[in-house]
Amino acid sequence: MLLLLVVHAALALLAPVVVRRLGRKGFFGLALAPAAAAVWALTRTRAVLAGDGPVETVAWVPALDIELAFRLDTLSWLMVVVVGGVGALVLVYCAAYFSATASGLGRFGGVLVAFAGAMLGLVTTDDLLMLYVFWELTTVFSYLLIGHYSDRKASRRAAMQAIVLTTAGGLAMFVGLVVLGETGSYRLSELLADPPTGSAVTAAVVLVLVGAVSKSALVPLHFWLPAAMAAPTPVSAYLHAAAMVKAGIYLVARFAPGFSDLGVWTAIVSVLGTWTLVHGGYRALRQYDLKLVLAFGTVSQLGLLVLLVGLGSQATALAGLAMLGAHAMFKAALFLVVGVVDAATGTRDLRRLSGVGRALPVTAAAGALATLSMVGMWPFAGFVAKEAALEALLHEAGTLGGALVLAGVVVGSMLTVAYGLRFWWGAFASKPTADDDEPVTVTRPSLVLVAPAAVLALLGLVLALVPGTGEELLTPHAATYPGEAGHLVLWAGFTPALGLSALVLTAGAALFVARARVERLQARVAVPLEADLVYRRAMRRLDDAAADLTALTQRGSLPFYLGVILVTLVVLQSVALVGAPAPSWADVRLWDRPAQVVVGALAVAGAVLAANSRRRLKAVVLAGVSGYAIAALFMLHGAPDLALTQVLVETITLVVFVLVLRRLPAYFSVRPLAASRWVRLVIGAAAGVVVAGMALVAPTARVHTPVSADFAEEAYVFGGGRNIVNVTLVDIRAWDTMGEIAVLLVAATGVASLIFLLTRSGSRFRSADARGTGYVWAGVPDRTAALRRLGGRPAVGGRDREWLRAGSTLAPQRRSVIFEIATRMLFHSMVLAGLYLLFAGHNSPGGGFAGGLVVGVALIVRYLAGGRYELGEAAPVHPGLLLGLGLFLSAGVGLLAILAGGSLLESVIVEFAVPVLGPVKLVTSVFFDIGVFLLVIGLVLDVLRSLGAEIDRHTEDAAPDASDPDAVDRDDDGDPGGAGTPMHRTTTEAAGAVATGTGTREGGR
Amino acid sequence: MIDTAPNLTLVVVAGALAAVGVYLLLERSLTRVLLGVIFLSNAVNVVFLVAGGRAGGAPIIGSTDEDAMSDPLPQAMVLTAIVITLGMTAFLLALAYRSWQLNHHDEVQDDLEDRRVAARAAADLAAYESDDDETRTLEQEAADVHDETGAPVGAPPEPDAAPGSRRVESAEGGDVR
Repeated sequence: MLLLLVVHAALALLAPVVVRRLGRKGFFGLALAPAAAAVWALTRTRAVLAGDGPVETVAWVPALDIELAFRLDTLSWLMVVVVGGVGALVLVYCAAYFSATASGLGRFGGVLVAFAGAMLGLVTTDDLLMLYVFWELTTVFSYLLIGHYSDRKASRRAAMQAIVLTTAGGLAMFVGLVVLGETGSYRLSELLADPPTGSAVTAAVVLVLVGAVSKSALVPLHFWLPAAMAAPTPVSAYLHAAAMVKAGIYLVARFAPGFSDLGVWTAIVSVLGTWTLVHGGYRALRQYDLKLVLAFGTVSQLGLLVLLVGLGSQATALAGLAMLGAHAMFKAALFLVVGVVDAATGTRDLRRLSGVGRALPVTAAAGALATLSMVGMWPFAGFVAKEAALEALLHEAGTLGGALVLAGVVVGSMLTVAYGLRFWWGAFASKPTADDDEPVTVTRPSLVLVAPAAVLALLGLVLALVPGTGEELLTPHAATYPGEAGHLVLWAGFTPALGLSALVLTAGAALFVARARVERLQARVAVPLEADLVYRRAMRRLDDAAADLTALTQRGSLPFYLGVILVTLVVLQSVALVGAPAPSWADVRLWDRPAQVVVGALAVAGAVLAANSRRRLKAVVLAGVSGYAIAALFMLHGAPDLALTQVLVETITLVVFVLVLRRLPAYFSVRPLAASRWVRLVIGAAAGVVVAGMALVAPTARVHTPVSADFAEEAYVFGGGRNIVNVTLVDIRAWDTMGEIAVLLVAATGVASLIFLLTRSGSRFRSADARGTGYVWAGVPDRTAALRRLGGRPAVGGRDREWLRAGSTLAPQRRSVIFEIATRMLFHSMVLAGLYLLFAGHNSPGGGFAGGLVVGVALIVRYLAGGRYELGEAAPVHPGLLLGLGLFLSAGVGLLAILAGGSLLESVIVEFAVPVLGPVKLVTSVFFDIGVFLLVIGLVLDVLRSLGAEIDRHTEDAAPDASDPDAVDRDDDGDPGGAGTPMHRTTTEAAGAVATGTGTREGGR
Repeated sequence: MIDTAPNLTLVVVAGALAAVGVYLLLERSLTRVLLGVIFLSNAVNVVFLVAGGRAGGAPIIGSTDEDAMSDPLPQAMVLTAIVITLGMTAFLLALAYRSWQLNHHDEVQDDLEDRRVAARAAADLAAYESDDDETRTLEQEAADVHDETGAPVGAPPEPDAAPGSRRVESAEGGDVR
C-alpha cells in the first residue's frame, strides 16, 4: 500500500512534465496510478474475503506513536476499488475532455493524481492520526481542484467556501480522534474492536461526526457541494460524486460498528440523514443547470448513504455499502455525461438543450442506464440496493423513529425519481425551447469521451445481475454491525418493499409529469433561511469582528504595545510573587564583596543620568559608564569571561553609537507630554520592583541540584577544557551557541541591508578605489592647511612610506601621525591577542567571542585612524564570507562528530605528540570556537562597513561642496590641492581636479 | 550545592537598571529605546548572576577549587546574551539611521496601515476586497462556469481580472524615493 502511495506521489510530481511533453495524452499515463490501486485491490479480493487482507506497518514518529499503518479490510477494499476505478476512468476522460490548449493542465493532472493518492491513503490507513493527515490532504487538493480556474471569482469563492467548511469540520474531527486515541487506541482496528466508553468518548464521537457531516455535505453544511460545481466537470465526477464526499460516508461506516449504539449517534445520523435526503431532492427539482441538478441529487444521496451505513443494523449497512458502490457508478457516469453534453453543445441549461439525444445516441443511452440505476429501476444496481434498504427499514419501522426514517426515505426516493427523469429529459429529450434562444448545435464527441461513462453505466447493470456476489463481497463488513443479516437480491417476490418501490416510482413519475405545477409551487414557498446566505453573512460578520478587534488591539503605537506587554508582565509576576514564600532577612546577603556596592552604585547612577540626559552623546557615554560598571560587577562575582566580553562589547557599542550619532541631531526632541512621562515612570518603577522581587525570590526557591553541579568534571573529561564557561559554550550547550551566532548573522545581515540599499555587498573600499574620489572626512575646517603648504614637499621613494596603507585617502586635517603610528604598532598585536584568546579560551578566560571582539576592536582602530579605505585594506574580505564561513564551521564540526561516530556537536579529543612542541591535545570543539570567532569578526566588520564606511559615503554624497565654507575657502586660495599632501602622490587625477577648483571631495566626478 | 541566598546589592542594581530600561523603552526616540534595551539587558544579566548563587572564583579548573567556583552555567548564558545585545544594538542603530534618512528624525511613528485598518473598521468598510458577491445566486454563478473543452459553441465567459492585477500601488514608497 505504501508502494502504491509512492507511485501516486511520484506520478503527481511528474504530471506537469508528462502533460507538457505529451499534451492531453499524458492523462492516459496518469490514469495508471489509480488503475494500479484498483487492480491491486481486486487481486487481493480472496484474502480480504477470508479476513486476512494485507497489513503494512512502518514506524514514522515513534515519539508520538504515529505509524504508517495500513490495512485492507472489506470496507477499505470497496473504497479502494471505487476510488481507483472511477479515478482511472475520469483521468482517461480528461484526455479527451479538455481542449488541447486548456490552461494549467499539467497542474490539474498532478493535483488530481495526488488527490487519488490521498484518498487511497485515507481509506486504507489504520492509524487515527494518519487518517486525519490524509483527510486534510483531500481537503487541500479538493480546494486546488475547485479553484482550478483561479481567475474566476466564482471558482475562488467556491474553493474558499469548501475549504473553510471542510477544514472546520476536519479540526473538530481531529479533536475527536485525539480523544478517542487517548482513551482507546490510535490504531483504528484496535479502537473499534474494543470501543471505549464515557462522556468524553461520546463528545469525541460527536466531533468525529461533525467532520463527516462537513465532508459529506450533510445539512446544514451541504451548500458547499453545489457551489463546488465551479470545478471542471471531471472533478465533479470524481471528487464530488465518487470519492471525496464518500470520505464522510467511509468514516461513518468505519465507526458505526463501534459507536452506533450511542443515542446521540443514532439521533444525529437519522435526523441529518433524512433531512439531507429530502432537502437535496427538493432543491434538485428546481434546478435548470444539469450539473446543479446532479449536485443537489448528490447531496440527497449522501444523506441516504449516511443514514444507511450509520443506523447500525446489519441489514441497513449491507444496503448502504451496496448503495455506496452503485452511487459511485451511476453518479460519476451522470457527471461524465453532463461533461459530454456540455462539451458538445456549449451549454448545460436544460431549457436550451433540445434534441441532444437524437444527435448523441450512445451518450443518451449511457445517461439512461445511469439514470435508471439512480431512480432504482429493476434490474439495476440502484434497485438492488434500494430494495435491500427498504426491506431493512421496514423491519425497523415498528418504532416512531424508524417509521419516520422510512417515510423520509420513501419521500426522498420519490424526489430522486422525479429529478432523475427531469435530468434525462432535460439533457436529451426533444422539447420546445424558449423563443429567444437559438437551438443548440451539437458536435460529435470522441469515443474516449463517451466510453468511461458508458463503462460505469453498464457496470451498474451487470453487477446488479449477480447480487449474490455483491452480498458475498460486502457482508464481511456488514457483519461487524449488530442485528439480523440482510440480503441483496434481484427478485424477492412480491414483498412490501417491492410495493414501496412501485409506489416510489409511480409517485416520482407523477411529480415529473406535473413538473410545471411543482416548479410554480416551489417558487411560491419561500425558504425562510438559506444556509448559503447564513454562511456568507456569518463570514462577513466574522470579517467585521476581526476588523474591529484589530482596530481595538492594533493601535499602531510601539510605546502602547510595549506598555501593554510590560504591564502584563508586572501584573502576572506580581501575582506570582505575592503567592511565593518571601525570603527572610537571614537568607539575604547584603553583598559578597563590599566593592560590589560601589560599582553597583556607579552602574545605577550612569543609567539614571543617561535617562535624564537631553543630549544624545552624553546619554550614550553615560550608558557606557554604566556598562563598564556592570563589567566590573561581573569581575567581582567571579566571572572573568563575562567581564572581558562586556568590556569589549561596551567599547564596540560606544564606537558604533558615535558613528551613527554624528548623523543624528545632537539633542533629543523636546517632549512636552508630561502626563505620558509620568505613566512611563510608573510602569518603569513597577517593572523595576518586580524584577528585583523576582531576583530576590527565585534563587531561594531553587530546590533541585543545579545541572551545572557536574559541569566541572564533564568539562574536563568530555570537553577537554579547563575553562568551564567556554566548554559550556562550545560543547555542553553548543546547540544554544549555534542558535545564538545564527542570530548574530541575521542581525549583521539586517544592518547591512538597512544601510546598503541597492546592493548587499557594496564596494570593499580598497585604497586603489580611492583614486579620484576626494578625501575622506573632509567636512571640517582645515586650519593647518597653510602650514602644510609651507613645509610640504612631494615625498618620493621608500623613506617616507605611509604608516597606514590608505592613510593618504583621509583628509589632511583629519590625520594624526601619532594615531597612525600607534595603530600601526598596535594592530597586529591586537589581532594576535585575539587569536591567543581564541585558542587559550578553552583553558583560561577568552574564547571565540572574546577573541573575535578583540580583532573587531583592532579593525575599529584601523578604521578610525585611516577611514573607510583603511578598513578595506585591513580586512579585504567580504563580511558575508566571514559570517557564512563561521556558521558553516560551527555546524560542520557537529557533522564531524557524527563521522567520528558520536552524536551531533559532540567533541572529539585527539591527542598526539609533535616532535618539537611536545604533546598536543586537539579538541574538535576548537573548530566550533573558530567558527564563532570568524562570525563575530564578520559581525563587527559588517557593522563598521555599514554604519561607518557607508554612512561616510552617504554624508559625502549628501553634502554639496558649496555648503562647506571651508572647502570653498580652500579653493579660493587657488592652492593646487595641497601639493605637500600625500594625496598628490597617490591620486594624481584627484589632485588635478582639485587644481581646477572643482573641490576636494568630489574632485574626480 | 552553591549557596543561593540572594545578594541584595545585585538585586537592587538589577531592579534599578530594569526600571530605567523600561522607562526608556517606552519612549518614541529610537536612540532612547535602544539605550532602554541595553539597560534592560544588563539588568537581566545581573538577575542571572543572582540566580546563579553566591560569588566565587573564576570557574576554571586548576585555578579555583571546585567548591569555591561561581556557577558557570548562567555565565555561559549571559555571555552569548551580551554579544547578542551588541548585534541588537547595531541593528537598532541602523534602523534609527534609516529613519533619520527618510524622515529626518529617529522617532517611531504610529503604523499608518494599522490606522487605516482602524479607520475602515470604524466606518464598517470591508478590510479587503472580498470575492463574495451576495447579489449573485448559485444558479447565476453556475451558468457562467464553463470548462476549457473543445466546445465550439458558447463564448467563454469573461474572466475576472486576476487578483494580483488589482493591487493598489502603495503611496508611501519606502526605499524608492
